[in-house]
Amino acid sequence: MKKEAISSLVARRLFLRRLGRAATVAGAVAAAGAAGLVQKVAAKSEPAAGRASFPTPDYDWTKHRWGFGVDATKCIGCLRCVEACKRENDVPLTAHHFNTWVERYVYLEGEDKPRIDSQADPVNIAASGSEREYRFANRYQDAKVEKAFFVPKLCNQCTHPPCVQVCPVGATYKAEDGVVLIDPKYCIGCRYCVQACPYGARWFNEAKGVTQKCYWCYHRITKGLQPACVEACPVGARIFGDLNDKQSPVSLFIRNNRVQVLKPETGNAPNVYYVGIDKAVS
Amino acid sequence: MDPLIHYAPYTGWVYPNETVIEWSVAIVVYPYLTGLVAGAFTVSSLYQVFGFQRLKPVAHLALLTSLCFMVFVPLPLLLHLGHPERAFNALLTPHWTSAMAMFGFFATLYIVLLIVETWFSFRPFIVEQAQKRDGMLRPFYRVLTLGSYDLSEEALRCDRKWIFWLAIAGIPGAHGLHGYVGFVFGSLKAREWWSSDLMPLVFLFSAIISGVALLIVLYVLSCKLRRIPIDLACLKGLAYTVWAFIMVALVMEGLEFANIIYKAREGVETIIEYVTGPLLVPYFVLQFGIGAIAPLLLLSYMVWRGTTGKALIAGVTLSALLVLFSVWMMRWNVVIGGQEISKTGKGLLAYQLQVFGKEGLIAAILLVVAPLVMLLGVTRLFPPWEHEATPSPVSSG
Repeated sequence: MKKEAISSLVARRLFLRRLGRAATVAGAVAAAGAAGLVQKVAAKSEPAAGRASFPTPDYDWTKHRWGFGVDATKCIGCLRCVEACKRENDVPLTAHHFNTWVERYVYLEGEDKPRIDSQADPVNIAASGSEREYRFANRYQDAKVEKAFFVPKLCNQCTHPPCVQVCPVGATYKAEDGVVLIDPKYCIGCRYCVQACPYGARWFNEAKGVTQKCYWCYHRITKGLQPACVEACPVGARIFGDLNDKQSPVSLFIRNNRVQVLKPETGNAPNVYYVGIDKAVS
Repeated sequence: MDPLIHYAPYTGWVYPNETVIEWSVAIVVYPYLTGLVAGAFTVSSLYQVFGFQRLKPVAHLALLTSLCFMVFVPLPLLLHLGHPERAFNALLTPHWTSAMAMFGFFATLYIVLLIVETWFSFRPFIVEQAQKRDGMLRPFYRVLTLGSYDLSEEALRCDRKWIFWLAIAGIPGAHGLHGYVGFVFGSLKAREWWSSDLMPLVFLFSAIISGVALLIVLYVLSCKLRRIPIDLACLKGLAYTVWAFIMVALVMEGLEFANIIYKAREGVETIIEYVTGPLLVPYFVLQFGIGAIAPLLLLSYMVWRGTTGKALIAGVTLSALLVLFSVWMMRWNVVIGGQEISKTGKGLLAYQLQVFGKEGLIAAILLVVAPLVMLLGVTRLFPPWEHEATPSPVSSG
């Protein structure tokens, strides 16, 4: 009787020990899995896409880290960048689809808030005569302007892109050189990424059924050329280059200026660096 | 020809690309249908799992309602996609960090669960019909028996066990599905109107009240059509359920709104301008006032006065219709409202609802009505009233 009791006690202990071990192993596996999962879904840890998916020959995207600078103090609002971009990237010639655009901020005397418009504003379209022509109307000529400036905008190719995070099929992804790309053959056209971008950089191509945006003229930069808007800018307000190269125009621009980015509070870590913008710019 | 794109008029400063409102009324219909699925399932679970006996007359109807609406849930999404033929990519090569990628899995799992649970629930009826029926429907029911004609007490006990556990699994399934829909919106930091931790809960509780309200309407309607007396105890049970959850839903939505206004982050002036302007009627008057507070007061009054008989039926049905309308407005105000507030925080847009087209008003109405038509057909094949308790004409509680 006693022996039986002891042996059952031993068996129970053994069982509990085994159970404990199993639980520890299961716990460790679960913890590791959970940690991995948290890492994976957090916006901060968006992994760069794997290698060798871009067809440009002789281009190694691990060798570059592209960056973009905007010197708003130089921009004259001529909008040649917008025109160059539309032509280069086959962007629909409407007032509602832009890879890049220019904003105008005008503080009138006695007003605390700026009046803001872009080339897409109906008044500016009326002045140019067409949605296909870009011009800022001289709409404040009779007002007393206290301060005014232009701000070029484009995709920020964020380090932690929320658009990439939300894409249900992974059609948009971050290349290892920092540019956020979209695979138009894989995009399902749900437009979740359009909603997720806080900068309004993405737009939907209704004819093609896919989302598009600025990709810093990836087809050009991978061949050693500058983005079309940078090349077209007559005053050097747009600066582009490789952040890995300490002597590149963009590296020098960042080093020699006190730069800022748009909406840093989102945690997206954007990669377009601005000089000469104002608190009202977002 | 209808233009391909419809531009939204705006005031103030909006980003140029924002002038096309990308998520249309189809994306309003989608969470509305999902919510009805989750809510209807709640009713069936209250009976199957939690043993709310008075809900027995609607338990099977609830299951069929949930199933019929679930079948149509993916349709508004497919109509919306630029490339619907690639929709399966979200299942085949899901991008795991995307909330939306989970939809396919949640939805598939849930549809399977619903079908299996419905099959178990109707198995005795199917077996009976397979043996009794003649003509066209005989092979139909025979196939559905899946070769099992066993209706012994032991087999039925096994069925009940399955139903119980499927109903239990269905609770997180249905509510997870709808909570996730809330997460799709709540997790986006780009829009202040959406970016809220409470969003999944807001969606969940509004889903429950909409589903229960739908069942009230369907139950009353079905009794009228079948010319049988309405089980007042059951109706009261449903009314209590709406009454309880409507308060939670109201508190959640009120808290969410209070958070936005109280935290008053950048762009709150535009939000205040929006809610006191274009959103005043759809939000405060229709969604909250007429849709939620009015039925809450009406139901409270009836509970207080012990209203019964025809007055109770009329009052509860009216409240249910108002709740269904309120939840529709809630979906609208979230989906469309969020996009009408510019990401610049300095401008407002106005969505232009189209009448025709795959994302127009007619398509939206058809999408909401289609599950009801399907339900009508399904109730002919699988009458959910076969096993109901004898209706008690006098209220029991």
